[in-house]
Amino acid sequence: MEKFTTVTGVAVPLRRSNVDTDQIIPAVYLKRVTKTGFEDALFAAWRNDPEFILNQKEYQGARVLVAGSDFGTGSSREHAVWALRDYGFDVVLSPRFGDIFRGNSGKQGLLAGQITEEDAERLWSAIEANPGIELTVDLVAKSARAGDLTVSFEIDDYTRWRLLEGLDDIGLTLRDEARIAEFELSRESWRPRTLPAR
Amino acid sequence: MTNAPSPAAPSKPAATTSGPVDIVARPQTLAEKIWEKHLVAKGEDGTPDLIYIDLHLVHEVTSPQAFDGLRLAGRPVRRPDLTIATEDHNTPTLAIDKPIADLTSRTQIDTLRRNCAEFGIRLHSLGDIEQGIVHVVGPQLGLTQPGLTVVCGDSHTSTHGAFGAMALGIGTSEVEHVMATQTLPLKPFKTMAITVEGDLRPGVTAKDIILAVIAKIGTGGGQGYVLEYRGSAIRALSMEGRMTICNMSIEAGARAGMVAPDQITYDFLKGRQHAPEGADWDDAVAYWNTLATDEGAVFDAEVYLDANELEPFVTWGTNPGQGVSLSQAVPDPASIDDANERSAAERALEYMDLEAGTPMKEIRVDTVFLGSCTNSRVEDLRAAAEIIKGRTKAEGIRMLVVPGSARVRIEAEAEGLDKVFTDFGAEWRFAGCSMCLGMNPDQLEPGERCASTSNRNFEGRQGKGGRTHLVSPLVAAATAIRGTLSSPWDLLHESEPEPDRSRTEKTGAL
Repeated sequence: MEKFTTVTGVAVPLRRSNVDTDQIIPAVYLKRVTKTGFEDALFAAWRNDPEFILNQKEYQGARVLVAGSDFGTGSSREHAVWALRDYGFDVVLSPRFGDIFRGNSGKQGLLAGQITEEDAERLWSAIEANPGIELTVDLVAKSARAGDLTVSFEIDDYTRWRLLEGLDDIGLTLRDEARIAEFELSRESWRPRTLPAR
Repeated sequence: MTNAPSPAAPSKPAATTSGPVDIVARPQTLAEKIWEKHLVAKGEDGTPDLIYIDLHLVHEVTSPQAFDGLRLAGRPVRRPDLTIATEDHNTPTLAIDKPIADLTSRTQIDTLRRNCAEFGIRLHSLGDIEQGIVHVVGPQLGLTQPGLTVVCGDSHTSTHGAFGAMALGIGTSEVEHVMATQTLPLKPFKTMAITVEGDLRPGVTAKDIILAVIAKIGTGGGQGYVLEYRGSAIRALSMEGRMTICNMSIEAGARAGMVAPDQITYDFLKGRQHAPEGADWDDAVAYWNTLATDEGAVFDAEVYLDANELEPFVTWGTNPGQGVSLSQAVPDPASIDDANERSAAERALEYMDLEAGTPMKEIRVDTVFLGSCTNSRVEDLRAAAEIIKGRTKAEGIRMLVVPGSARVRIEAEAEGLDKVFTDFGAEWRFAGCSMCLGMNPDQLEPGERCASTSNRNFEGRQGKGGRTHLVSPLVAAATAIRGTLSSPWDLLHESEPEPDRSRTEKTGAL
């Protein structure tokens, strides 16, 4: 994973709450066995509508999505994060995220920053007043700046650290391999095993 | 109650920070006990705890990229003996002996087969007697047991919490992580007690409880929490009912849902393929009996629901929190105070093609879907069959019955339920996720309206442009008979002329 420090890019105001992962990427696109190539699948149903925000020319090449509350609820599909990344997004800001989506984001270098409802409204207004405006998202300072407006966002310190360092979770855990092996010795014999099949 | 837990001040269940003396003294919740028991390494300075995973369930959709990751890094699956795979999301429910027609679906299934062979994972393929929806298969094999940590790359993994397990839906990166390490780095969750006291009236089911809970706390209400369902109404439920409730915990945004194990749990498990036997069984039960939340344990949040008051519950909108009692009408967005919720409701009504004020019971459907990891176990099929037996399906209605697993199908056929369904005019299919998410050919047409026993009424979930009303199996059955959203209560008047209505007939749909 690449190190994440600061991103500056066009921001998109998505004035919708409860954007579940079925909307971010419909199930028909989940049949691929690769991790890339999902950019066309992002918001696939909504993008058929010429009025949809991502279809507006001011927002082409966007890197920051400012969404309503409860973004990424529902299905655990990490494809939702892959689709956002493949499309070009590095950051999603929302007043509240689905837990699994937020976890998935952190593993794929997508910054999911939590902002207040008021700041979401401020950012939306600022972007809509000046479509195509660039937002600078600073992970060190935990802030997002558009013109004169600066808002701060929350992200848990551990995820922030991993993003800043570009660290791989599995590698980190395997440093504790001895403790895992030791733990396994203490597991009760009655705990189920899938093998051999009976 | 705060929304943003800070790592500097970890919220519960972080029992071990208070030292060994306290562990004995402080009353704990079920979730805290399981957490503590699986602690491989306690996180410090804001790092997560490392939690051991007892059981990893795998399916074709969220695993290919995880296996790929292992291959790239040259890592094996650490514990194939704690891992099991099944094919469910993509599998056809007709002509299962033929090659899968959809090439991408077939590729995904073939990929799972190759991966399982390469990494030594037990797989139940289409056609195998243990094939089925992953959340039906685990419990059915007796692999899902109290006190376990269970994960799967599927948000409805919360189902397994019905046994008093801590069961988490995870993403593909985490799937790879568990494959490689049999652990997950996790921050402690907050705990929420959802207490449901009283007696459900006949015709009211576990599905109605959970739909009412979600409507009450909202789709984000459980965010960051493990929900523990408690109270006399929960204790009275069968394991199937408890699974239905825990299954939909994710629809309230929760990380997991649980019910403390009791005799009903043990009776369900005893004698199943992977249930402990002999002295192991006694040891296991002795441990399971220690799991229930201690008297005096404190939850971070509590919610109460009166079971006596509950009616059959259905959704009107495009998220599972947008629900009302079947006897009510489609709500008026103008009456919703919160601006975001109001605009979400307006958009939902537009998508659902419903008018505020339309009685829910007047909404006409095209399709009835009985299935999904929420409601496809044999008890669900039995309950629906009981209602439709000897009755006639409403004209023009398509009803799809999709058992949760190959075994459920066989069991249902042994009881003659398939005959009841086909005599009624319903389609009797092979096991899989089917129309819950329409990854296989079982989909709604644009504009089609469905009463569905599944778990999500999201836009396009059951097919592009499809409209979903979430219902219980009993409501699904009664709706198939009457053609409009109905409960068994409405059938009591069936022999009489159309019951008096204050409004003239007005269908909210199509």
